[in-house]
Formats: sequence, structure tokens, C-alpha cells
Amino acid sequence: MIEFEVNGKSVTTNSDPETPLLWVIRDELKLKGTKFGCGIAMCGACTVHLDGTAIRSCTAPVSIAAGRSVTTIEGLASDAGQALQKAWVAEQVPQCGYCQSGQIMQAADLLSTNPQPNDDDITQAMNGNLCRCMAYARIRKAIKTAAIAGEA
Amino acid sequence: MGMQQRKMVVNRRTFLATSVSAGLVMGFGTLLPGCSREEAASDLAAGDVSRVFSPAVWFEIDGSGNVLINIAKAEMGQHVGTALARIVADELGADWGSVTIKHVDTDPKWGYMVTGGSWSVWSSFAMLSQAGAAGRTVLLDAGAKLLGVNASDCTAEAGQVIAGDQQVSFADIVAKGDISRSFSAEELAAMPVKPAAARRLIGKDVDALDIPEKTQGTAVYGLDAELPGMVYAHPMIPPTRYGSTILSIDDSAAKDIPGYLQTLTIKDPSDLIQGWAVVVAENFPAAMKAAAAVTVEWEAGPTAGVSEADLFAEGARLVADSASGVLFVDDGDVAAARESAASTHTATYRTGSALHFTLEPQNALVEWVDGKCHIHAGNQWQSLILSFIAAALEIPETDIVIHQYYLGGGFGRRLFGDQMIPAALAAREMGRPVKLVFPRAEDSRFDCVRSPSVCKLDASFDADGGLTGIEHAAAAGWPSLSMAPGFLGDAVDGNGKYDGFSISGADHWYTLSNHRVRAINNDLAQRTFLPGWLRSVGPGWIGWGVECFMDELAAIVGADPIDFRLELLDAAGKNAGSSPNSVGGASRLAAVLRDVSGRADWGRLLPEGEAYGVAVAHGQERNMPTWIACIAHVKVDAETKAITVKKLWQSIDCGTVIHPDGAMAQAEGAALWGVSLALHEGTTIEQGQVSDTNLDSYTPLRMADVPEMDIQFMDSTEFPTGLGEPPVIAVAPAIGNAIFAASGIRVRDLPIRL
Ligand code: FES
Ligand code: FES
Repeated sequence: MIEFEVNGKSVTTNSDPETPLLWVIRDELKLKGTKFGCGIAMCGACTVHLDGTAIRSCTAPVSIAAGRSVTTIEGLASDAGQALQKAWVAEQVPQCGYCQSGQIMQAADLLSTNPQPNDDDITQAMNGNLCRCMAYARIRKAIKTAAIAGEA
Repeated sequence: MGMQQRKMVVNRRTFLATSVSAGLVMGFGTLLPGCSREEAASDLAAGDVSRVFSPAVWFEIDGSGNVLINIAKAEMGQHVGTALARIVADELGADWGSVTIKHVDTDPKWGYMVTGGSWSVWSSFAMLSQAGAAGRTVLLDAGAKLLGVNASDCTAEAGQVIAGDQQVSFADIVAKGDISRSFSAEELAAMPVKPAAARRLIGKDVDALDIPEKTQGTAVYGLDAELPGMVYAHPMIPPTRYGSTILSIDDSAAKDIPGYLQTLTIKDPSDLIQGWAVVVAENFPAAMKAAAAVTVEWEAGPTAGVSEADLFAEGARLVADSASGVLFVDDGDVAAARESAASTHTATYRTGSALHFTLEPQNALVEWVDGKCHIHAGNQWQSLILSFIAAALEIPETDIVIHQYYLGGGFGRRLFGDQMIPAALAAREMGRPVKLVFPRAEDSRFDCVRSPSVCKLDASFDADGGLTGIEHAAAAGWPSLSMAPGFLGDAVDGNGKYDGFSISGADHWYTLSNHRVRAINNDLAQRTFLPGWLRSVGPGWIGWGVECFMDELAAIVGADPIDFRLELLDAAGKNAGSSPNSVGGASRLAAVLRDVSGRADWGRLLPEGEAYGVAVAHGQERNMPTWIACIAHVKVDAETKAITVKKLWQSIDCGTVIHPDGAMAQAEGAALWGVSLALHEGTTIEQGQVSDTNLDSYTPLRMADVPEMDIQFMDSTEFPTGLGEPPVIAVAPAIGNAIFAASGIRVRDLPIRL
């Protein structure tokens, strides 16, 4: 049995320790906001925070979370996270929306370590997150909007 | 123009017939006696358009004034519900704050359900405007009575009927007024709609209704659907799309994987799903693990050795054979023009296989309840796939319901719901709900890819360098031939059928006295894989050849590429356009071209190795043109030959823009799709299958390669056309033409590799 925290609540799983964290989050804990895209850590749709840092949950075994704290889009309560979600609406970012949980989680990680990122910082942090609808211009803009909101 | 137009008229007749039956509908059904939704549905299913009844089909207003607008289109990123609801609400005079939308499940009462072809606004605009206008008429009459005034002295605005300083809310009218009125199909069709100047919502920005859910992680996609007692299935995809048979299945190594249940051979009596098995388990990780442990031995089908090179070779053979294919355009006498030509120019353009790669992989959850098949999955063309599912399950279509969800990307992949069939067959056999989930590699291998294509273009010039004719032959796999043969059009020479979705765009708006287009099916492609409709469809690859070739011709005669095009865009003869869709004709294409030329400062001096390239497009169909001109600013590194797209300009005229910010988002995404298909993504068929199945080798555009974009819509109150795809089309040829201008290298293959 593996014990960890998800969005502030303690949870347990009897899954095989090698089971990708993604499927425990989605199918056991029923938190469907975290998405499955590629399964090989190359699209970012499955991005969650492990102790505050963005990871790809599709390739992370659930055992990695033991005794630690996982945050998903449903529990993103940080100031940066809230500012991002507001900016995502203000800039009308999502198209199909499928990548956006991962985009927001990745951006929240960026802003938590670098509250005022420049364009290069944003590109570097976000390049691993595929948006198949190619809403990239608005993703960039919303991160800047959120960064400015965070500064105020 | 003839054939394309005729084909679309037939399609529109389907739409219109449907909307006539749905057109009886007025919004106050739940409050009216005499007709339930079920009765309404059965009347519609029976095609009874003569009876007057009032079920709530497109919208309803309750006694609190809440307006619910039903959306029969798939939401896959285009915010279609917002746009369609704005059309209804504007005509109705509703208060936008009281509007909610609902994406509906399959039911005959919705008429023909398809979301594709960039048709949604174009095909819904008149119908929804008239439905809204009919609603307003009833509310005005009933409201006037309550106010004791004449209806002609009233207006409907923001959910109120207003006469001078008096007003009554829609809520009160619905609660107290006399709204028991219905309209015949003819009355609805004749319903006058607001003049553009009186619109309050159309053309104004508003937040899309689907966006909050999509930022909170609460939007529910097909992959998120669950049912009690369901099990998971993992596809075991055969080595070829067709003709593979399973020789043996050995699951002994899977037996001790906890959660593994069994491996099922899929038997599809309709023969659409061939050579399939699915691995079933209690949870998806177990299904994946078991799938890796199960060994399936296949006898591969006859196309197991086919490669992209074979498909290109066959395409090249076909375009060179003047007896192949059927005529799509035949104006003047191309052969005579060629015979009397002082000079000629020939070029062959090719495009390679491309994947849809919807970020949400294909999936379907199926439950059988009392003999009825309930399918939970996002889909773009329910009315098409229902017939295929019915054939596979050997049950009537009326026993199948497709429950709609958000689509984690469509791009044409979800126009076909073939993944539903193995899920439904497995669920019936298992006797419990089955959720079939495609891991990424399986999703790619089962994709209906954009077919490799070959186009040959021959131009003739007279002694003065005047262009006297163009002959165009295009060969590819045809999506409609396999999936929707009813959509094939009749050749202008009466010699057979063509797939408009694989030749549209060749019937362009340049005035040519001699112009012939041959549409050719690449049968080897057809037999090897399922050719699909990929965002921008036929024009997406036809436009590559047409617009690069125009650039070649301009260079040959020493003309500026924009001047050369403008000369041919004279809006003469068949290119004059017609009302309502293409009013203005080629002059509107010339207008966007002039506009983009001015905005980009065409002709300005650029550094060594950098240049502008230009291309135009007329959208998805000649009779619903979206007029687009695109300029790409490209840099080609002299040493490494690395290509950088620095900036893209587009000027777009799609008539009336319903939801400007949503339209812009579509245009931005589509333009970047154009860049991605031109430079970043692409695969090949090798050994009968796509060779790139995941992001380690299939590489769509990422943030780092996004160019600056300057996209503008022309002010227009003309009939709205389509937008989800058209801004893809001109991007690749604009880039190719810029590469030539920057480096002198003429690229003729897509994706472009220098
Ligand atoms: S699903 Fe994890 S990175 Fe793509
Ligand atoms: S919004 Fe569709 S994948 Fe990003």
C-alpha cells in the first residue's frame, strides 16, 4: 500500500508500485482533469505537481509519490495558479482544452520559481507541452498576464 | 465551377431538408400542451413536416426567462456552441446572461449531425436566425398583448419586450402570455431576419461558454467517461488495415497479471474492423501490461509491403496517364492551348502522409441496456458512423445512441467513429460496459491519415508570355470513397465520380480561358490505409501545388507574384460570384490580397537570406468561399539551410464574423497548423503502416517555433462562410514561395526538407 497526499487530502492505493501515477489519479481517485496524451513524457497533458514541482505523471510510477504531496489541476490553489486560471479565461486561451490542465500546471511551476519570466524563459518552460490546437500565442500571453497580476 | 457547386447543392439540400423538418420547431414546447419531445422526434423521424407542433428543439425559454439553446455540433475547440447560440440569441432579442447551451446526444430530431468542413456557422446561420426570429415574433405578439399595445410598436431586446416606456420580460411572457403559436416550414423559411445594423450580439466579443470548464479541469471528454462495472480494453491492431487475419493468440504470459480478464477476437460482420483483438482487464494499466504480454500472430494482408515511395510512384504514374481519373473542371480547350503554345512549363507537387494526432487519443465506452447500444465518445459525424455501427452490430440505427462529450481535438479524425465498433462488439460479448482506450501508438496506427498526394501541373504560354491554359492532375487516396460514398460528386465529363474532398481547391477563382482538372483516385493508397479528412482536407494539399505553381509562372514571365495573381483575379465570367455565399467573387479574393500586401509592406527590402512569399486560398469549397491571402516572412540560413518563419500575415474575408475572438483563435491555430504541416510534422507509410506513431518522431510545432502573427478579418456583413480550416491552406505555399525568393530553391514536396 502506498500512502500520499493529493490536493491536501491523504490517499492510499493498492496498485502495483510501478503503475503510472496518472492512472491512479484519473481512474482510482477519479480526478479526471489530468489528461493522457502520449504516455512517453513528451506532450505534458498529464502534468501534475509533486511537492510543488511539475512532473509528467504518465511515466512517473505511483511509488514516487509515497509520503509526498501531489497537486492536480483540481487542487491548484496557489496564488500563481489562481492568477493563471484567471488569465487563461481573460485571454481566452483554450481551444479543445485537452492540453490546458497540463499547460496551466507547467506554467504554475514556472511562475513559482520565476514570477517574472521573459519570453525565453516561457519558451523554455513550456516547449515540452504540446498544444495540438496550437493555442501557443495565447498561452504565452496568458502567462505574461498572470505574471503581471502576480506582481501587483 | 459546375461540378463542385452542384455537389454542394446536393449536400445543402440534405441540410435544408433536415432543417425544414427541424424548422417547425419553436421554443416553448415544455409549456405547451399537446406535443411531447418524443412525439416531436417521431414526427421528425417520419419526415412529417406538415404537422404543426411546438417542441423545444433548438431552444427553449422557461418561466424564469432562462434560454437554453441546444447545440447539435461537436465542441472541439472552435467554441461552436457560443457562436451558434449568439446567432439564436441575437435574433431572439435575448439577454446573453440568461443563455445556456447544451451539446446534445444523437436523436433523429436534430436532423443530420455533422461537424466538419468548416460548415457549422455557414450551414446553421439561416436556420438558427429564422428560429430566433420566429421566437421573437411570438414574444413580441404575446408581450404586446400583455402590455396592451400593438406588436408593431414593440421591440425585443436583452430579454425584454419594450414599447415606449413600458416593458415586460421574456420570463413574464412565458409565464403569463399567449405563446401557443407555431410556424410551418414555409413560414419559417420566409421569416425575415434582422438587418445587420440591428444586430446586438453577432460581431461583438464575448467570453466563450466552454472556456471556464477547460481551465478548471472540469470539462468532460470522452476519455473521462465512466460507468459502473466497466472494464477496459486495449486494441491489438493488425499489421495492415485490411485483409489481415489472426492465426493465433497466446495470452499465457498475461494470465498472472492482476486484473487481466481475457483477450477477445473481434468479429465484425460488416468487415470494417478486420483482424482485430482487444485485451480486456479490470483497469487500464493492467490492460496495457497484459497487451504487452499477449502474443498475437497475424497473417498480414496484401498491402503489408507498401511504402510511401510506392504510393508516390503510383501517384506519379497516374498523373502521367492522361486516361486516368475523371474531369472536375473542363473549361475551354487545354489540349489546343498546349498545341499552339509558344512555351510550356510543367511541375509536380507532392505531399506526404500526415497524422491527425488529436491530443485525446481515440476511445469509446459502450454499454448495452435492454438491447440498445449506448456509446460514450466525442464524435464529429454521428449521422455517418451510426450506419456503420448499425451494420456491424446488425441492429437498427434507432437502437444506438451516441452520447456526446467534449472532443480533445477533432481535426477531422473524429469525423469517423470507427473505434466505436470494436468497443461495442466487445461490450456485447463481455456482457458489461467496455471502455476501449487507444494508447498513442495504437491511435496513430489506426489513424485515417492524410493521404500522400501527387499533383502535376502543366501551363501553356503564347508567344507574348501570356498564360493560355493550365492542366492539373491530382492523385491521392479519397476519404469519401471509403467512408461516405454518397458524398462523391459526378464528373463533368459524365465519366464517373470524384471526391470533392480530394480535389476542391483546384476549381480556383483565377480566370483561365483554358483550364482542365483531372481528379484521380490512388487505388493503392485506398487499399493500403483509410485515407482521412485532415483539417483543411483537399484544399490543404491541392493549394500547395496550385499556389506554388502560380509563383513559378509569375517568375517565368517575370511578374511580381501579387500583380500576376491580381491580373487573373478579374472576377469575370464564372468568377463573378453569386449571392449569397460568394457574392463579389474573385474581387473579394483580390481585395484580401491587396489588403495583406499593404499591411505586410510587400516589396520592402529585407536582409540577405530573407524574403516574403505569398499565396491565396478560397476556403474549403468554391460555393462557400472564405477569401484568404497570406504572406510569410521566411529566413533561410545559407549554410545550414535551416528555415525560420519569422512572421505570418493573413487577411481573411469570411463574410459576417459571428464571434470575433473565437474566429481569431481558430485562425491563429489554423495558421500554425499550416506552419506545422509545412515544416514540422509528417510521417510515411512503411510496410503498410504509418512509421511515426508518437512524439519521439512525430513532431508537431511547439512554442519555440511559433512565428509572429498578424491576422485580420475584413469588415463584412455578407453571409458567413467557414473558418476552422481555411486559414491553414495558404500558409504552406506562402512559405514555399518565400523559400524560393530567399534562396532560389524551389521546393515541391510537403513537408519541406531542404
Ligand atoms: S501523457 Fe504524459 S507527457 Fe504526454
Ligand atoms: S487546446 Fe487543444 S490541445 Fe491545446
